[in-house]
Amino acid sequence: MNETPHSPGEARPRAAREAQPKGAADPGKGRVDHAEAAKRFIAAPEHLKFHDERLWDIRMKRDRQMHAIPEWEELRRLASAIKDHTLSHLDTYLEQFEAAAKANGVHVHWAKDGAEHNAIVLGLLRDHGAKTLIKSKSMLTEECGMRQALVEAGIEITETDLGERIQQLDAEAPSHIVMPAVHKLRRDVSDVFARTLGTEQGNDDIHYLAESQRMTTRPLILEADAGMTGGNFIIAETGAVVVCTNEGNADLSANTPKLHIVSVGIEKLLPRTSDLGVFIRLLSRSALGSPITQYTSHFRSPRAGAEMHIVLVDNGRSTRLGMPEFWTSLKCIRCGACMNTCPVYRRSGGLSYGFTYAGPIGLVIDPTFDKHKFSSLPFASTLNGSCTNVCPVKINLHEQIYAWRAVMAENHELPFAKKTAMAAAGALLASPRLFRAAIATADQALLSLPRFAQYNALNAWGKGRENPRGAGQTFHAWWAKNRAGKAKAAAPGKQPS
Amino acid sequence: MSSRDTILNAVRANRPAPVDLPDVPLFGEGRDDDLLGRFFTAFKLMGGTVLELGDGDPVAPLRARLGSAGVVVSRVPEIAGTRDLDLTLPPSSLADVDIAIVRAAFGVAETGSIALSERELGVNTLAYLAQHLIVLLDPADIVINLHHAYRRPEFARSRYLVFHTGPSATADIEGVLIHGAQGVRSLSILPLPRE
Ligand code: SF4
Repeated sequence: MNETPHSPGEARPRAAREAQPKGAADPGKGRVDHAEAAKRFIAAPEHLKFHDERLWDIRMKRDRQMHAIPEWEELRRLASAIKDHTLSHLDTYLEQFEAAAKANGVHVHWAKDGAEHNAIVLGLLRDHGAKTLIKSKSMLTEECGMRQALVEAGIEITETDLGERIQQLDAEAPSHIVMPAVHKLRRDVSDVFARTLGTEQGNDDIHYLAESQRMTTRPLILEADAGMTGGNFIIAETGAVVVCTNEGNADLSANTPKLHIVSVGIEKLLPRTSDLGVFIRLLSRSALGSPITQYTSHFRSPRAGAEMHIVLVDNGRSTRLGMPEFWTSLKCIRCGACMNTCPVYRRSGGLSYGFTYAGPIGLVIDPTFDKHKFSSLPFASTLNGSCTNVCPVKINLHEQIYAWRAVMAENHELPFAKKTAMAAAGALLASPRLFRAAIATADQALLSLPRFAQYNALNAWGKGRENPRGAGQTFHAWWAKNRAGKAKAAAPGKQPS
Repeated sequence: MSSRDTILNAVRANRPAPVDLPDVPLFGEGRDDDLLGRFFTAFKLMGGTVLELGDGDPVAPLRARLGSAGVVVSRVPEIAGTRDLDLTLPPSSLADVDIAIVRAAFGVAETGSIALSERELGVNTLAYLAQHLIVLLDPADIVINLHHAYRRPEFARSRYLVFHTGPSATADIEGVLIHGAQGVRSLSILPLPRE
């Protein structure tokens, strides 16, 4: 806390405080202007510094977890192969899952798109006379715009994940798929809670804020008519839904009310219970650098006297499955590692992407939802390949980002301002040496960011975007590890030459 | 056509060339010694509290904890609570429980996780609405890692099965770790063999 001298009772001068940068403007039918929103994020140095350092710290924690598991690379290979297998047999596994779930007494629904998903959920709530819904974090319901649709229909929704609750109360979308409010500082949260929950104005003690959320949410949990969770994995063999959280809020949402609704994308399938060993070992280590989430919950069948419904959602996924260059993005387990490692994401904030999925995975899947609206996103990358290196299911993210640039160019969706970026990418890719160094390599994810990819004069992303503090740390780490030793022995494939 | 058939047809038309399903090894070699020690190391890292068995009376440390507690619900024969769990009451009725005591179905050494199902909990919300959770774990019930855990029969027979690894936690505000987000504020384990 900064101790600025002011007499007791006198409000701290607000103008002195840096406001939280807001996200990309709603483009209507136009395209999301990521660069414009990023510029505003960079113009808020306190927020930028915290965001950059927090995410980089998580990336380092992830690396430490990775080093503690000798079979890490084998787990990634297995995870990738299991997902490849499942997606290439997705129809039969979906049928198997449906049959198993039904045999467990679970109701299974199918939604072609977000609108149908929202209608199914609303129908279930109405059938049960439910007016209040508690839910755990779900990127799918964000993707479907469910909250707005249900609120318009008179349903009262309470997000029970702390970060998601903060974002709900601030009428803002989550900025990160794992840490929805990671772009906010404690004082931003304090302001939101003072305004919406009636907490003490100016009290930004984190324990106080978290406890306030616990105390105000619990009565809503106890009285809710229905509960909703997402699903990290669903198992064809048993019909089970697996949810990973740290707060225990999914377990409360599912186990307290009489009705449990699960919203899950059709790509979340795994064939066997035993496959979970691979994925649970990878997920939280990749996401947060912790060995496992506090809670890993398996919902197979409703408890006595309760109902469980699963809504299987397509919303563009079956189409994506048929895109030769992009279908492997369906392997994503939403760990967020690619976001944490991405220099552009860390310095532009998740809200600047204008959709649920930000960072490298967002660049790859957002255009499948709307090619024009998200046509600028594939250019929000240095193509350094770090995302590919950390991805637990080995999605070739940076190659897909590059492939989208080509698609956008073909479709004349090339934003004028991005021509430089395109030229930079062209120069990078035209030089095999530079390219090899940039995408490097080593599936080991040991690479810090090569400076040339970050700040090369050819790279529009580096121009005018150098951040002395955060970048300094990264750059010095890289320099110490690679460049400084260059004179002695070049480690092949690990450094630009 | 139903949405179900529309989706399945689209998936069928678009699915990529078939890829084989790999076998998953158990990755247990060389890690099967001192499972309790490995378990506790991992468990403590995740914010868990380890209780030592008392001399003579192994549950003595529990008795000490219960002395000042309010409502205590015990699901284990080794120690009595102050209230019986009424399975006919709604799950929300457990909101005033101070301490819940249950026995784990099994534990996982690599992650320091314990497994609980409706069998151990009676009412699932007991493990979340209570302020504190105390778990008895038989050291003989600890498996090496999650690969071993997922071979356990409990997955096929439980309606609900959950791994707890430490207490409820959040770091959603500036990455500062807080225990007691929405669930229990503390999770303690007593390594007591089954009766
Ligand atoms: S693309 Fe890979 S790294 Fe990124 S969120 Fe998905 S699984 Fe994680």
